[in-house]
Amino acid sequence: MSTGPSDTEIISQVLKGDHNAYAILVERYKSYVFTLTLRFTKNREDAEEVSQDIFVKAYRYLADFKGTAKFSTWLYTIVNTTCITFLRKKRLEVHSLDDERTFEVADSQDSGFQANQVEQKSRQNMVNQAIALLNPDDAEIITLFYKNEQSLEEIGQILGLEANTAKVRLHRARTRLREKMEKHFAEEVRDL
Amino acid sequence: MEERLWEYIDGLGSHEEKSTIEKLVDTNQQWKEKYHELLELHQLVQASALEEPSLRFTKNVMEEIAKYQIAPATKTYINNRVIWGIGTFLVIMVVGFLIYGFGQMDLTGGGSSNLNLVDFSKIDYSKFFNNTYVNIFMMINVVLGLVLLDRYLDSKKKKFQQEA
Repeated sequence: MSTGPSDTEIISQVLKGDHNAYAILVERYKSYVFTLTLRFTKNREDAEEVSQDIFVKAYRYLADFKGTAKFSTWLYTIVNTTCITFLRKKRLEVHSLDDERTFEVADSQDSGFQANQVEQKSRQNMVNQAIALLNPDDAEIITLFYKNEQSLEEIGQILGLEANTAKVRLHRARTRLREKMEKHFAEEVRDL
Repeated sequence: MEERLWEYIDGLGSHEEKSTIEKLVDTNQQWKEKYHELLELHQLVQASALEEPSLRFTKNVMEEIAKYQIAPATKTYINNRVIWGIGTFLVIMVVGFLIYGFGQMDLTGGGSSNLNLVDFSKIDYSKFFNNTYVNIFMMINVVLGLVLLDRYLDSKKKKFQQEA
């Protein structure tokens, strides 16, 4: 994932009292955590606040990281639980966004779907927008697999599922992503 | 078909499955089209960029963590032995009461259709602390308590020796 000291080396440095070393971990994982959090919050401001909270939590409980799994897997477990708590607190409706009505609700949210942004979309933006249209569970599993470099076993660990269940959920999420792209970005997909 | 193709694209299937899919993709038009469709999506998602937080993000986190201390590891204040001890005690309690309860039941009540098999008013509670099973149960608890106390004192002793 990156050069420089390994995650485990940095963690032992932090645990020995070099708190500034934690900044290296934050720099290394901030984009991954932020992207994943944004899948839940659908709002950059909330995502930033929740991501910050996740890194603070990870710091406070760093002594509990046993090193049996990758640090990223442990960190994403915190992301998952914190985001679920956030959604509960906010009492957001976690609907599948399958019908047009819910799509309109998502469209009206501050989630980067303003008309002018849609006009400027690139391939990457289009995929990110399509992922953001999925329900948080689907968006999370796709992000974990493609962006956060987690294996199905690790995803299972993060989400508290069997690897096989994670595989089935990933498959369904990808099918729904394809449907979203065909439905909302049909022209762009044809132009590719 | 899709599930098998996704497994192939993800590189998850067995060697045999991979060669079967390769053959199908090469020879069957339907499989070929579907494969390219899924592969395109796979590559698109792979190539999509990560979202970036604000430039001040790391600084904000570091300012925030300065207010906190790293909590001690959970294992240092949750002793597995104590949890196991409590669990064992509860299991023995339940088993002990079950044995006692069954010991008190009169199962030779004849073929009466009366649903009230156990008449609680007829249970002789004076036997409660004189029953052999209860005495055994109490004995086990005492032994268990002594074992736990011994372990506790032993760990204290080791800790004291280390500190010395």
